[in-house]
Amino acid sequence: MAREKSSKDNAKALFHSLRSAYAATPVNLKIIDLYVGFAVFTALIQVVYMASVGSFPFNSFLSGVLSCVGTAVLAVCLRIQVNKENKEFKDLPPERAFADFVLCNLVLHLVIMNFLG
Amino acid sequence: MLLSSDDPFLARPNSLHSCARQRLQKEERISFTLIEMARSLAGFLVLLLVISICEAASLFQPISDSHRSAALELFTSDHGSFKSLEETYEALRTFQILGIEKKPDVTAAACRSISETVGSSSTPKDLFYALKANSIAQCKIHEKASEGIISSLNAAVSGASLLLDFYYSIGGLVLIKDQSSKADIHLADAEGVFRSVKAFSQSDGRWRYSSNNPESSAFAAGIALETLAGIVSLASSELDQSLISTLKNDISKLFDSIEKYDDGTLYFDDKLVDGHEYQGPLSTTSSVLRGLTAFAAATTGNINLPGDKILGLAKFFLGIGVPGDAKDFFYQVDALACLESNRVSAPLILSLSSAVLSLNKKDSLKVRVTTVLGSNAPPLTVKLVGAFTSGSKDASLVESQELKFDHGSGLHILNDLPKSIDVGSYTFVFEVVLQEPEDEKVYVTGSQTKVPIFVTGIIKIENSEITILDSDLGSVESQSKLDLAAKNAVSLSANHLQKLRLSFQLITPRGRAFKPHQAFLKLRHESKVEHIFVVGNSGKQFEIVLNFLGLVEKFFYLSGKYDMELTVGDAAMENSLLVAIGHLELDLPEAPEKAPRPPPQPVDPYSRYGPKAEITHIFRAPEKRPPQELSLAFLGLTILPLLGFLIGLLRLGVNMKNFPTKPVPATFAVLFHVGIGAVLLLYVFFWLKLDLFQTLKAVGFLGVFLVFVGHRTLSHLAAASAKLKSA
Repeated sequence: MAREKSSKDNAKALFHSLRSAYAATPVNLKIIDLYVGFAVFTALIQVVYMASVGSFPFNSFLSGVLSCVGTAVLAVCLRIQVNKENKEFKDLPPERAFADFVLCNLVLHLVIMNFLG
Repeated sequence: MLLSSDDPFLARPNSLHSCARQRLQKEERISFTLIEMARSLAGFLVLLLVISICEAASLFQPISDSHRSAALELFTSDHGSFKSLEETYEALRTFQILGIEKKPDVTAAACRSISETVGSSSTPKDLFYALKANSIAQCKIHEKASEGIISSLNAAVSGASLLLDFYYSIGGLVLIKDQSSKADIHLADAEGVFRSVKAFSQSDGRWRYSSNNPESSAFAAGIALETLAGIVSLASSELDQSLISTLKNDISKLFDSIEKYDDGTLYFDDKLVDGHEYQGPLSTTSSVLRGLTAFAAATTGNINLPGDKILGLAKFFLGIGVPGDAKDFFYQVDALACLESNRVSAPLILSLSSAVLSLNKKDSLKVRVTTVLGSNAPPLTVKLVGAFTSGSKDASLVESQELKFDHGSGLHILNDLPKSIDVGSYTFVFEVVLQEPEDEKVYVTGSQTKVPIFVTGIIKIENSEITILDSDLGSVESQSKLDLAAKNAVSLSANHLQKLRLSFQLITPRGRAFKPHQAFLKLRHESKVEHIFVVGNSGKQFEIVLNFLGLVEKFFYLSGKYDMELTVGDAAMENSLLVAIGHLELDLPEAPEKAPRPPPQPVDPYSRYGPKAEITHIFRAPEKRPPQELSLAFLGLTILPLLGFLIGLLRLGVNMKNFPTKPVPATFAVLFHVGIGAVLLLYVFFWLKLDLFQTLKAVGFLGVFLVFVGHRTLSHLAAASAKLKSA
């Protein structure tokens, strides 16, 4: 019983520490995280829809899901590059990273639009 | 000998002549021969006579209207003119002989070409044919022109070295003598010319064309004879009579080389040495006849030629029928005209209008005797001296009798066929006897003429009945009488332990037993499998017994309804029949495993290769789409995360403080956002209606713009943040 209680307490403590640590991240990173969450959520909703009605225009499903996943991946790359704590990308100006992000997104969406059918 | 599913061919009588056909029918007459063996001596003598003359019976027809119509078709002219003078002459001569009226455009064109030829200096050959044509067309020739012709022909005679040169020049002189008013045509050195032409002759009766060429031909002999006849007619007083008599010997030698066909026709033919020079039997024989008759007409005294040779030659020309070629037609008709009226002997031809007689219609035998061109013969009687069944050498079936002459139609008629003549194929032997003794010197009739006659009649079919018998006991199960003249609808049933018997009798109009060429019984199953059986006979009675016990395997164990059909046919039978007898329900045992299958029946070609059933194309059923409300609901659900994102942004405290305030950077920033918006809008249009290439083109432009603007904006922002950092 004590162990159960302690595991529950441990989980709670872990959760709280994560939350407070996260609060310390800069705002722009939080924006990017929010964007990623939005993209993943959209993908999830599309998967649920496909699961319920069947995958008939399979290309449409793929393009929708991949667009969300692709943009999420690009956002994650942007976060890595913009994060000041990341020593690897110290010399890369964040505007440059953002420009890459925009460009890659535009290309991704062109492909997605073509595949959408 | 099972036949195909087509009905057996019902033979038709034909009146062709051949020894072979008679030999084939020999087997049928063996039983008849045994009875005939016990005939009298007179019959035996006739038998010897028949064997000695091994000639086939044949039928020849004189020239008739079919020849005239064929002549009009063959000798076509282009507005009356023919291709050459030779053809013009041939056409005119043919029309003259056949008695066809000359058309005015033909005569006019002929006169034109004749006057052209005689006016200008032409070769002796052209002059010859022009004058020949003129002898028929009778156009006037100028005095001066005829003088010119005579002098040129005389020059040609003196300068001639080849046989054909002599032929054309002498022939031309003979013709111009008849045609021009100047009767004085003198042939210089007639004897010398005669001898030089005679020098071309050979000992076997043939002649050469030139002294250099050793090849000889009968055709050249005919030409030479004509030439020599021309010399004789031009200058008969100057010639030595001994020369002329030696020529008669040559003619006899030539006729010794005459060749013979089986049907008694005689002809002359040359050896085929050089195809170019080869003339063929028709033109060769025609040339010889022309030469012979011209010579006979020019000389006095008899030319001793046996009459049957003349008759044989006449039969050769008549046996051709109607030739299909204009030149052959001319040769035939010209030769027949020579035969018709010549000093040697004119042949008389015996012909029948119909060689097929019907006993039931009481046809009478009608015989006509005419000259070769179809003119009337002198008074004569025709006797029927014998009638023999084809192929048999037995005694005659009829006695010698005279045919009645009908003055009105010019026919010799035998009204009723003797009782001994039944249906079948016969050879009738006729003899023609001239009534006036003087006519014997002028005409030749031949000793006996054999003609093939085919007699048909209606065969009576009697006592026809069909019976089903029990196989073992022979007791009659069912029996029905048939009327084979009409369609029957007898319905019988049998099983494999029974027998079927069909019997009938065939009787000729004279009351004798008759054996037809074909007597078949055909059984056809409902699945179209057929079986054919030959109906055997003994004397009059025809009977067939089908023992189904033995036929079970042959019938492929097929039980069911069989249609029965009887075929009885013969060339001499006017009422050959193919009649349906009725149906037979046959019950056969089950087929064992190894039993042979019936042969596959031929598929109707129209059903195999004809149009097939129309195919209705079944398209792939469209996928089931979800109901629209569900889709719209999920569309709304997809918008939710976006809203969540925007709300989250607001909660994070997103602001626009970093937006450049100075105008230039501000415009760039605005343009940057506008550019991104434009690209996204372009994507929307791409999805809606644009194609990839248009989009790529637009993206190219927008992209370049966006890169430029974005670079400016972002570098401005970077500079601003760097300034802030350093500060």
